[in-house]
Amino acid sequence: MGDKLAEKDFARLDEVLADLGSSKGTLIPVLQKAQDIFGYLPRDVLVHISRKTGVPLSQVFGVVTFYAQFHLEPRGRNIIRSCQGTACHVRGAKGILQEIASCLGLEGDAVTTPDLRFTLETVACIGCCGLAPVLMVNDETHGRLVPDKIKGILDQYK
Amino acid sequence: MSSVTETTVRLTIDGREVEAPKSYTILQAARLIDLDIPHLCYHPELSREGSCRVCLVEVEGARSLVASCVYPINEGMAVHTNTPAVRETRKTVVELMLANHPEDCLFCVKNQNCELQQIAADLGIRKIRFSGEKRKHEQDTSNPSLVRTPEKCILCTRCVRICSERQGLDIYTSANRGFDSIVEPAFGLGLDKVACSFCGQCTTVCPTAALTEKDDTQAVWDAINDPDKHVVVQTAPSVRVTLGEEFGLKSGGFVEGKMVAALRRMGFDKVFDTDFAADMTIMEEGYELLHRIKNGGVLPMMTSCSPGWVNFMETLYPEMLPHLSTAKSPQGMFGATVKTYYAERAGIDPSKIVSVSVMPCTAKKWEAKRPQLADSGYRDIDVVITTRELARMIKETGIDFLNLAEEEYDAPMGISTGAGQIFGATGGVMEAALRTAYEAYTGKTLEKLDFIEVRGLEGIKECQVDLGDGVILKIAVAHTLRNARKLVEKVKAGEADYHFIEIMACPGGCIGGGGQPYPIDDTIRQARMDAIYSADAGMKYRKSHENPAIKELYGTWMGEPLGERAHHLLHTHFTPVTDRLK
Repeated sequence: MGDKLAEKDFARLDEVLADLGSSKGTLIPVLQKAQDIFGYLPRDVLVHISRKTGVPLSQVFGVVTFYAQFHLEPRGRNIIRSCQGTACHVRGAKGILQEIASCLGLEGDAVTTPDLRFTLETVACIGCCGLAPVLMVNDETHGRLVPDKIKGILDQYK
Repeated sequence: MSSVTETTVRLTIDGREVEAPKSYTILQAARLIDLDIPHLCYHPELSREGSCRVCLVEVEGARSLVASCVYPINEGMAVHTNTPAVRETRKTVVELMLANHPEDCLFCVKNQNCELQQIAADLGIRKIRFSGEKRKHEQDTSNPSLVRTPEKCILCTRCVRICSERQGLDIYTSANRGFDSIVEPAFGLGLDKVACSFCGQCTTVCPTAALTEKDDTQAVWDAINDPDKHVVVQTAPSVRVTLGEEFGLKSGGFVEGKMVAALRRMGFDKVFDTDFAADMTIMEEGYELLHRIKNGGVLPMMTSCSPGWVNFMETLYPEMLPHLSTAKSPQGMFGATVKTYYAERAGIDPSKIVSVSVMPCTAKKWEAKRPQLADSGYRDIDVVITTRELARMIKETGIDFLNLAEEEYDAPMGISTGAGQIFGATGGVMEAALRTAYEAYTGKTLEKLDFIEVRGLEGIKECQVDLGDGVILKIAVAHTLRNARKLVEKVKAGEADYHFIEIMACPGGCIGGGGQPYPIDDTIRQARMDAIYSADAGMKYRKSHENPAIKELYGTWMGEPLGERAHHLLHTHFTPVTDRLK
């Protein structure tokens, strides 16, 4: 995993660390910027951050796993957020979620396709219940869904 | 905890007036009126967490119940610890813990030593009103010393805190959130994949069986029950001043004679003493120190008998390994000698000898498995059990420990000195080494044997010893790995001009080891330490080189200290550990 990480990305991370790393209470912004650079938080990046900031690796790991915003695994290029809020639930969100997973071939706990094209997540409410059931891909919202529409929507994202 | 000048405040707890130092929490103030508010995450020697919510109490005027272990007292405060609401809430909190905890107390290794079990009993919990999904986590049995069972963890984080605050290793963290919360090393790795020293201090504060020593008692019984085997046991210096606690004695009870008798009754063929081997360690280490000083060797020399410390150095400071004394630990020297010298003298085939150690220490289990410790041509040490495991084995036999008549160790490897005895306390190895090194260097008799400066529970101790001819020996002693790191960093930075440094990984040295009886605090450590020094004071021989059995060993078989045979059997080497995440 580590050898694929680009040196230039570590150089950018070092700039972030030089900017933020030395002062107390900056771990979360450092992690956020690191995730922007690498797309997720690989183990080697966390080890690097721990060494440079002096925050024990175990603590860095504790913070990363506490917040839903941080990811230890690579993420897909396109992030699907399938709404499971009350309105969507009533109007069949479960079936939509199943259809997405089946179109993407995701089984068990897997959330990201092996080709890194998609990552599938659920959210509690997107805030447009009038369109239920609804999903977002990246910044675009797709509403009034039925399972038959899913494949066509996913085909729009490469 | 409070200084004499500290201002006090007055409050009432359950209607009783209490005057307590201003810095106290409610829980601490309650102790002044003999009230022990139930608690789990709180530990008097660690930072305060306030996470378990068992110590909730009512404060007049507060909107909700407060955690007394973190809530500061103030003037005029009125606290109630025994109201129906407090009792009911406390019970509910513990019930919720139990609802997500295995119900296997009867078969649990911490049965009758478990703080969660004790609190459930104290609170009179007879059934758990809640049921639901329970956590599923793998047990970590990756290493020879410690077992992690996260399903028994109540997330109190005492292990996180002791590992960080006392040892400076920060192995554990609270990971994930909510139902998925778990205390584990980074990335959920096994303890053998991170910079864990295997010191086992975490097991001494874990309130449940989430962290325990690896149980090797069955391997001992198997050896004893094998008629083909000659099973010898060695007992570390500190075990005789702690084992009694497992049988209800006050801390500091000296039970050497009873322990020897119990071991013989259990079926060991010979009962020997690690104190004898400690005398060997002093011979080798003392002469090594003088050799280094005279020949411009690497200084300061650092002791290497604490395996948690050796593990720490091999993992975190590989560049500093030349500072470690090449002398094996007493356990290691005993192992190499029992399957050679003793086997030869007793006319026993060494392949039939099973060498068992009783140690205060979980890291000794790891040490015994080091590939280096096979210089006898066999595994030098076959099985290591801790003080706690020995106590369990004795209980299993039904031996009435406290009423046993005292017995003596077997010769020759059971003959020892006060110098060997004090190895069990921080500063003891240094003091024992000084008693021998002084006489070896000066050729004069050392009149004052007690080096008081290196005794006691202070974290880092220093002193200077005048060897005459203008030679001043500068020494330092540290216990806990946090203090050890301070000294190593100082040496690394070239800011220290010591000749000799003693390090013990555990607080107080071996008497506070990770395999010692529960519970542990500084009062208990001090009592155990006092017992060690009073045993030393009462010994016939108090210098390692005066031990008649040591004289015979060296005179008739081993040769000179640092000589060829000693070099082969009693010295070792250290290798950087590179496969740990740190």
